[in-house]
Amino acid sequence: MAPQLENSIAARTGADPMVPEIYCIQRLRHETDDTFTIELATVNGNGGFSFLPGQFNMIYVFGVGEVPISISSDPQNVKTFEHTTRIVGAVTRSMGHLKKGDFLGVRGPYGTHWPVEQAEGRDVIIVTGGIGLAPLRPALYYLMAHREKYHKIVLLYGARTPEDILYRRELERWRSKFDLEIQVTVDRGTRGWRGNVGVVTTMIGRSPFDSTNAVAMACGPEVMMRFAVMEFQRRGLSTQDIFLSMERNMKCAIGFCGHCQYGPAFICKDGPVFRFNRIEPIFGKAEI
Amino acid sequence: MIQTLEGIVSEHPFFKGLEEQYIKLVAGCAKNVRFDEGQIIFREGDAADQFYFIREGLVAVELMIPHRGFTTLQTVGEGDVLGWSWLMPPYRWRFGARTLQPTRALAFDGKCLRTKCDEDHDLGYELLKRFTFVVTERLEATRLQLLDLYGAPA
Amino acid sequence: MSDHFVLGRDHLQGLFDALKARGYQVLGPTLRDGAIVYDELNSADELPVGWTDEQNGGTYRLKKRNDRACFGYVVGPHSWKRFLYPPAVRLWQATRNGKGFQILEDKPAKKKMAFIGVRACELHAMAIQDKVFLGGPALDCHYQARRDGIFVLAVNCGQAGNTCFCSSMGTGPKADSGFDLALTEILEGDEHYFVAEMGTELGREVLSGIPQKAASAAQVERAKAIHAATATQMGRSMDTTGIKELLYANSEHPRWEEVAARCLTCANCTMVCPTCFCSTVEDVTDLTGEHAERWRKWDSCFTTDFSYIHGGSVRATAKSRYRQWMTHKLGTWIDQFGSSGCVGCGRCITWCPVGIDITEEVRAIRGGVSPVGAGNSGKERHDTNT
Repeated sequence: MAPQLENSIAARTGADPMVPEIYCIQRLRHETDDTFTIELATVNGNGGFSFLPGQFNMIYVFGVGEVPISISSDPQNVKTFEHTTRIVGAVTRSMGHLKKGDFLGVRGPYGTHWPVEQAEGRDVIIVTGGIGLAPLRPALYYLMAHREKYHKIVLLYGARTPEDILYRRELERWRSKFDLEIQVTVDRGTRGWRGNVGVVTTMIGRSPFDSTNAVAMACGPEVMMRFAVMEFQRRGLSTQDIFLSMERNMKCAIGFCGHCQYGPAFICKDGPVFRFNRIEPIFGKAEI
Repeated sequence: MIQTLEGIVSEHPFFKGLEEQYIKLVAGCAKNVRFDEGQIIFREGDAADQFYFIREGLVAVELMIPHRGFTTLQTVGEGDVLGWSWLMPPYRWRFGARTLQPTRALAFDGKCLRTKCDEDHDLGYELLKRFTFVVTERLEATRLQLLDLYGAPA
Repeated sequence: MSDHFVLGRDHLQGLFDALKARGYQVLGPTLRDGAIVYDELNSADELPVGWTDEQNGGTYRLKKRNDRACFGYVVGPHSWKRFLYPPAVRLWQATRNGKGFQILEDKPAKKKMAFIGVRACELHAMAIQDKVFLGGPALDCHYQARRDGIFVLAVNCGQAGNTCFCSSMGTGPKADSGFDLALTEILEGDEHYFVAEMGTELGREVLSGIPQKAASAAQVERAKAIHAATATQMGRSMDTTGIKELLYANSEHPRWEEVAARCLTCANCTMVCPTCFCSTVEDVTDLTGEHAERWRKWDSCFTTDFSYIHGGSVRATAKSRYRQWMTHKLGTWIDQFGSSGCVGCGRCITWCPVGIDITEEVRAIRGGVSPVGAGNSGKERHDTNT
């Protein structure tokens, strides 16, 4: 199935896993006023970077700090990789000021991946909200690259306003080139928007996927995922076939600092992608 | 084979479990309607004497806001119910509805049904039960929309 | 390994010397700041000879003994984790280099440390931390470098403390494994000696240059009697039957609100706990912005920032943070690492400024509440161990 993954931790036993590799910024593209995408490549041009869809890296900005960001590019491209992130703090803010030719530290890839194997031979329903589309973009690339292995593929994507829609051109291209159904909705329409207005979860009920043979993948704000799971279950999907990407504070990404604990799970190594039946007992519980 | 109105109504999930006599009655108050893209279905303030089941297309529920123009609050599409102002006095639309795509719908004579519900409370209960469910779903969705979940963190 | 030898009190210094001669830094208990702490020892005279500790919820006092026991106390605020997993460690430095930067790793120093006076509960704590730092997909090379070199001289407790409950946790009072040498201190009339148990070849080798003789059956029995007596003196107890399931099922038990009203979230418990391992990573620069460093520092799940993600903290209330700590220590730790995270050393009870007692909290959640603040002397209500 999936691309061979040389887990960078295992491949470098003996080396300190807290030391980043240095990568060079190929491009920094501003997607919206608070979201940007950086493309990174190795410094010397040889070697590559492989990852599985759903995994993340720890990105270090010299002298500022390090943050976990999902990898958002095509996993088949090993020469460069991308991260799309919102500006939410000091590190992401200074990252957003960098340019082509600047450097960043990278540790990773870490974490579990989207169940592209489990979904073979079945319908795939992908529900994302806001920046949640970024960690699912690699999965979409993967599904498109192996289109014949899947039945119906549906993407439901909720954005804040039409200006906040990410990867517009790509979505259009996928919709026209591949048998991929895409429905985009916004929370707030603006003048000239002729599309759906309303939360993305309302589109799950009537989405044309076969509930008896589908795998669901969702990523977005936790509240959105909570309601999405309710809608998936209402459609008859089992908790074994629903996958979510969870997020918590992270400092080390290798299971030592303890910050990312979510019940008994460490989001850095047992997640971020979880099969829902594993986290069901604590999902939605206050302050866990 | 062209489906009869009665057939369409009896198969619609909204009317699931409704007694056959009521299905006939409701179907008797229904008609197929068709709108072009950009057509106004009803305006704010108009008499609310109908409600619609969208069978195909996309409809914007909108409000006219001075210097912002017609603003879409939510869209409804295939399988959704549009309009419940016909149930309560003063029976006037509080919002407008305009199609964003060519739309087909089932239109129900709300005024007629209102009278029938007053006469037959069992019918009234059945319809209100179902409309309450629709309204609650819409309310929950609206609450989520209000949360502005994708907005900048607090 | 069960060979037993007798080491005279006077030969303790010889043991120190033998370790120093082999290049070990000798670390052990000593009196400082009104407590028995672990620090570098130059001689056996620096041991807390003739001192003991009196502990209870939120209370720690040193008291003079009426004998000259070298190890006549229980445990102090320090644990061995401060040497294996130091409170602050620099991981690497970096300097700007044109548009980029270069990283210089801080290779962990290969120090040889000898730990003197390690308690049974502490041996278990070290094994538990080994699982955290060495047992997962990633290896903590700093911990590994420090851990690899150590010499462990365990000392079996001659008495149990008022906040101790190692018997309940199956972690003591007798040291079973994980040591190079284990001593039991015996004071009988004029006699003062140690019954020494070999743990490893290294232990045997270090002891080889020191006058010793095989222990007699009576002496070994005397040591065993001390271990047995200590086991009955535990000041606290904890019923660990189904404790993981109990805590998982009771995330909304009213007791959490009750303990939260007392808890100051001061994080003392996590600092003194020998198994707590949470850390934070600090990326800092100098004023010029040309040099950066990454440090790893102890952290605590009791801080508000611990669970911060964009916009706010997931665990904002004291209730959720206390619940997180206790549920992790006694429950989720089992799912994560295959054993409890608690070794029954009682430090969290002693060093809590308001005397919150983890054994009491478990009892309350099970449904058997005793009045809050009632210091449990342990003589009554000794629950069956698992």
